[in-house]
Amino acid sequence: MAECKGVMICAELADKKLCAITTELLGIGRILADDLGEELSVLLMGSEVNALSQEHIACGADKVYVVDDPLLESFNSDAYTEVAANICRQVSPSIMLLGQTDMGRDLAPRLAARLGGGLAMDCIDLSIDPETKLMLQTRPVFGGNANAEMITRNARPQMATIRPKTMSALEKDDSRQGEVVAMEAGVDSSIIKARIIETVQEEIEGIKLEEAEVIVTGGRGIGSAEAFEIVRELANVLSAATGATRAACDEGMAPATIQVGQTGKIVGPNLYIAIALSGAVQHLAGCSGSKHIVAINTDPDAHIFKVSEFGIVADYKEVLPPLIEKCKALMAE
Amino acid sequence: MNIIVCIKQVPDPEIPPVKFQIDPEGKKVIPPDGVTPVISVFDERAVEAALKLKDKYKAKVTALTLGPDSAKAVIRHALAMGVDAGVHIQYEAAGELDSFGTAHVLMKAIEKIGDYSLVLCGRQAADWDAGQVGLLIAENLGIPVVTVAKKVDLQDDKLRVESVIQDGYHVMEVSMPALVTVSSEIGLSRLPTGIGIVKAARVKIENLSVEDIGADIPEARCTELIKLYVPVRDIQCQIIEADTVQESAEELAVRLREAKII
Repeated sequence: MAECKGVMICAELADKKLCAITTELLGIGRILADDLGEELSVLLMGSEVNALSQEHIACGADKVYVVDDPLLESFNSDAYTEVAANICRQVSPSIMLLGQTDMGRDLAPRLAARLGGGLAMDCIDLSIDPETKLMLQTRPVFGGNANAEMITRNARPQMATIRPKTMSALEKDDSRQGEVVAMEAGVDSSIIKARIIETVQEEIEGIKLEEAEVIVTGGRGIGSAEAFEIVRELANVLSAATGATRAACDEGMAPATIQVGQTGKIVGPNLYIAIALSGAVQHLAGCSGSKHIVAINTDPDAHIFKVSEFGIVADYKEVLPPLIEKCKALMAE
Repeated sequence: MNIIVCIKQVPDPEIPPVKFQIDPEGKKVIPPDGVTPVISVFDERAVEAALKLKDKYKAKVTALTLGPDSAKAVIRHALAMGVDAGVHIQYEAAGELDSFGTAHVLMKAIEKIGDYSLVLCGRQAADWDAGQVGLLIAENLGIPVVTVAKKVDLQDDKLRVESVIQDGYHVMEVSMPALVTVSSEIGLSRLPTGIGIVKAARVKIENLSVEDIGADIPEARCTELIKLYVPVRDIQCQIIEADTVQESAEELAVRLREAKII
């Protein structure tokens, strides 16, 4: 690409509304664009989504490229990749940002490959280097034990996906002005090679881990599936979701669907209560984004205490019954 | 049907974080003493997915890795699990490649192996966690891709893949050749058997250099690591120690309430 300029974000919608990640992308995108003195644009793909353009502008965009096509009704990797690549070739942004979501995880690498751009996934911080004007991308690696700072020196666009809830959205301002540009999708259904033939919604009992404000997680030390019930009981009292470590899932104490960790769910609740788990690298990768961590473990040297705010060194079997009763009493007040 | 599974050797993610150390100058992780590196978890699940297909249909499964001499161990592991052949692209500086460089080399290797219906990868590696390589290989090869699979099967002459999304899964249909990235939801991997280990030791692993497969590494690299550091966590844990465990538990509840955390 000859001259690449501006910051573009890829919008994500759910039920014809902007997802939280879209407003977060606009928030960080605005900062980067202002630092560069360039434009912030949005790539808005969907079906009958024109009406949403103004809201993107209110959330920080200067320009919205709308690709409105029935084929783009819901996310399909093949169609979205092709359309996004087409638009990027026409607009030539210097920076392209997506969310680290089901869609971004799939779309970003494919788009980078097609455009010949560089890409850093799952970033928790982005900024512009004042000297080189390159985008600095910070991402957790090795299960969150280290952070890597990356740049894309020559390839364009400089691409990144951002981890949900790590960037702040702007205050919505309906008086903000911007431009809406209608673009052609320029594709038909023959582009779709991997076809979605069915979508299965899985009912998850209770509160979803990703959305929970409080999570109670049990580790291998719980001992058995029967013993795991008391972990659920505490979760119920606190209106919390229940989680389990990989070891606990592998040993059949809890279903794999509630596994927290690098190979399970990545969570970021307000309170994370870690019971009978040591805090292996892969587990902390899934829960280190929690605001407050509480640990209950018999081993005073367990690593989990090093990342916790409060801890009790004792057998969970003795701690949980009185803890549950006391929480019940306090919550009823 | 010929299946190629891409696997990677990584530092064991089950180690306690206290053993985790980096060399900020070299921008590298220092391998912990006495801890054997392992096959990346998702890649092991990808091997399992391949073997499940082999159990059900006729298939030849080839494990492919890119890495230094030590990476042979993960090929041996896959062979002991039941794959039929192994290819090792030996490259001592593999750890310095970015996702684009890695995907380029693996794509060249896959083309060299040739005649494949399905390429399987883990959804992401347990060290750098990028989750790009599978998708980049598919784009480089120009074949369709389905990510985060929890089930891979055949239906007539097409692949039927269950792809995990936030609240459930998509059932996807795709023609072959295709690439599928595999997630842990596929289920536990089988353990290598005694007979498997003996058989694995007899298989000759094909050893190739990046030159042998015509990979152009400098050209493929796009991103640059400029800093690697351990983030500072300034948390002091308050251990609650009352006279009895019951009192400690109650005290914990009270403290959480006072701090308005619950």
